[in-house]
Amino acid sequence: MRALVVDDSRSVRIILSKALREAGFDVSEAEDGRQALSVLYQGGNFDLMLLDWNMPVMNGYEVVCAIRANPLLANLRIMMVTTETCINKVRDALDAGANEYLMKPFTKELLLDKMAIMGFVEN
Amino acid sequence: MNDFDYKYICDMVRNESAIVLGEGKEYLVQARMQALVSREKLGSIDDLVSGLRKDPSGALSRKVVHAMTTNETSFFRDSHPFESLRKHVIPEIMDRKSGQRKINIWCAAASTGQEPFSIMMIIHEYFPELLNWDLYFLATDLSTDVLDRARDGLYNQFEVNRGLPASMLVKYFSKDGNGWRINSDIRDRIDFREMNLVQRWPAIPRFDLIFIRNVLIYFDMETKLGILRKIKSHLDPATGYVAFGAAESVLNVTDHFSRVTFDRSTYYRNAA
Ligand SMILES: C[S@@+](CC[C@H](N)C(=O)[O-])C[C@H]1O[C@@H](n2cnc3c(N)ncnc32)[C@H](O)[C@@H]1O
Repeated sequence: MRALVVDDSRSVRIILSKALREAGFDVSEAEDGRQALSVLYQGGNFDLMLLDWNMPVMNGYEVVCAIRANPLLANLRIMMVTTETCINKVRDALDAGANEYLMKPFTKELLLDKMAIMGFVEN
Repeated sequence: MNDFDYKYICDMVRNESAIVLGEGKEYLVQARMQALVSREKLGSIDDLVSGLRKDPSGALSRKVVHAMTTNETSFFRDSHPFESLRKHVIPEIMDRKSGQRKINIWCAAASTGQEPFSIMMIIHEYFPELLNWDLYFLATDLSTDVLDRARDGLYNQFEVNRGLPASMLVKYFSKDGNGWRINSDIRDRIDFREMNLVQRWPAIPRFDLIFIRNVLIYFDMETKLGILRKIKSHLDPATGYVAFGAAESVLNVTDHFSRVTFDRSTYYRNAA
């Protein structure tokens, strides 16, 4: 299983990547939305993306829209991991095609719990 | 806390709730009582115990029992029982009850409401026609504090992050300050009531579905068996299903119930 962790905060990337590796994922990282898309467009068949919302170059919402407009990436499952907690933001992300939504601050337990909801890990 | 006070509190909790605080729980009791002492501005645990001795059945004793019962819960806890509920249990009950169009559901240790609300969300999401049936949903707990929270239906971010799919969060909750409140059409269908499983039970009907999860673990064997017997008599003999907690191996349970294993979870029904 391959995962892409997208967050402009290095410390958040470290925490997320570590948890994913422990769960058996092969993990890559990107610092903003544009970098994330270029990683995806290079191929590599990612299964899961953990995606921040607020990032300097291209935000997470725009990334979701771009991915869902590309049939080649239809199998990629997306979990937003963000400080945005307004209900309309959650709804917008899901409507745009995100599959799950984890609100920061989170714990490893909460992350794994959401991954279980998505069927990636056992709970 | 001295041994004398410790024993007094354990006995009292046991009498009121049948919860057994055996050896090795001193630290837990001490910590919870200390927290209660400062919340109630009582001075010391000694003062607490002498207050209890003066008025053993007063408000203070209820607070002690409440402080010692763990209310830990979450939405869709353990997930598998809820999956089986959707795939097998509810469809089967509906099949059998399609003539009467009546269904009774009971959560017997509902805590702060996540468990009954999870079942109600499944009904809304997958079996909306049940909402037009004669649906009675009872949710009980020993603790009035947790029931008040359940009736209020307000959860913090941590609680809604846990176990609850985001699609259900946006559909069945609205934002209230920093918290999230369950929609009233879910909440108002549930009858929240105080009920102590180890005391005399009030008049309640027979149920098609009983959730009694993560509460029997606290009781001694005899109390457990007594409750199992009563559960059995309140279960619809033809259609009723019971769910216990995932980690609970309910000893001797098969003397009273027969086990039904679905994909990843176990339910029980009246032995044939
Ligand atoms: C760990 S919670 C379980 C909540 C929920 N059923 C679940 O599995 O997530 C246990 C609940 O049992 C309640 N409880 C403890 N003793 C009880 C008794 N004698 N009668 C009724 N409820 C009791 C507690 O107040 C607490 O809310």
